[in-house]
Amino acid sequence: MYNLIGAGLIVIGAGIGLGQIGGKAMEGIARQPEATGKIQTAMIIIAALLEGLAFGALFLGK
Amino acid sequence: MIILTMKGVQQSFKFLALLVLVLFSGSIYANTSNENEGQVDTKKEVEDYILHHIQDSHDFSLFSYTNDEGERKHVGFPLPIVIWTSQGLVSFISSEFHHNDDGHVIVEKNGLKFAKIHGKIYELEANASSVNFDEEHHAVNAHKVLDFSITKSVVGVLLVGILMFFAFTSLAKQYKKKAIPTGFGRVLEPLVLYVRDEIARPNIGEKHYRKFTGYLLTVFFFIWVLNLLGLTPMGFNVTGQLAVTACLAIFTLIIYTVSGNKDYWTHILWMPGVPVLIRPVLAIIELAGALLIKPFSLLVRLFANISAGHIVVMSLIAIMFTLKESLGVAGATGLSLVLSFFITLIEVLVAFLQAYIFTMLSALFIGMAVAEHEHDHNTSGH
Repeated sequence: MYNLIGAGLIVIGAGIGLGQIGGKAMEGIARQPEATGKIQTAMIIIAALLEGLAFGALFLGK
Repeated sequence: MIILTMKGVQQSFKFLALLVLVLFSGSIYANTSNENEGQVDTKKEVEDYILHHIQDSHDFSLFSYTNDEGERKHVGFPLPIVIWTSQGLVSFISSEFHHNDDGHVIVEKNGLKFAKIHGKIYELEANASSVNFDEEHHAVNAHKVLDFSITKSVVGVLLVGILMFFAFTSLAKQYKKKAIPTGFGRVLEPLVLYVRDEIARPNIGEKHYRKFTGYLLTVFFFIWVLNLLGLTPMGFNVTGQLAVTACLAIFTLIIYTVSGNKDYWTHILWMPGVPVLIRPVLAIIELAGALLIKPFSLLVRLFANISAGHIVVMSLIAIMFTLKESLGVAGATGLSLVLSFFITLIEVLVAFLQAYIFTMLSALFIGMAVAEHEHDHNTSGH
């Protein structure tokens, strides 16, 4: 029961984080469309790092 | 009554979505009311099937069915079991267990008795004739053995290894004769160039990237092809095995630890530009990051993404059975077909993305280890 609540909290946190990353990347691309490639690469790396953290927490909490 | 405008189409989509939602909420009630009288617990069976698929297994089962006499028939082929027991190496074919997985079938080899319990092979004690369990369902008179079997995942790894060997040696041979490859090489060349120019070169740097491109290419294609193999109906789940992803992460760990230059190690062990008292604290954090957290995040990300993808696809396929009563056979099959089709398309994207991310982060970590700093630490604080 408690680990389900924990999993929910992790997903909420990861969701907020991913939303921030994606949203800011969109803003950046909208301001500077010529930098799309660089922004996308950086976005994917940061999203992957965040994902690793979230999965790690889910995995440890299981 | 159908208005062929964009608005009309949008409205009918909304109506459809609402209909699906209503049907779904109705089905929950239908399921709870039917659960008591049904003789087969579909939900439990689906859960067992998905868990069985996620795990590695000692035989290659494609599908199974129950025939008219009520017998369970398995279609597939057995794989060799190689185990290290108390009396040395023992090998036999997994079909001797007759698809039994709860320890009831005992196989005798070299005077030793073996049983398979939840995918693990147990060796029975000398005088025991059957496996006894305690209250927590642990075997009391049997112990696990070292397992070197050619399991389903090992078959997958070998298959992809052989495939990649032939594909890439033939591609490499073509460059000796001509500058432009032909045939399947034309598909591989842009991918190889992509990994080299978009992943290795910008992340590792112009000076050192050539040395590591081979490893990055191998890892990229290995993970990508295995991910795609997992989407075929053959039931491979190789990159969803912790052992496989852990092994790949350890390769990356060894490579960036061994090739780390002096700058890298000074930044880890004795960070320049910060007060001396803080340096040991930073060293602990940096060491934990470099030796534990980086490989752990690499291995867990790949494992969790691929396993989650497989569970989602199989759960959506299972809608066919779980919603059969409330939607009818045609409705449930159609819904499951549409949903699993689209989620599989997303999984094709995820298969590439995870291979890309693993390669990209490996390149990034290697790049951190071999980067040469030109700035002066005495004047600029870090």
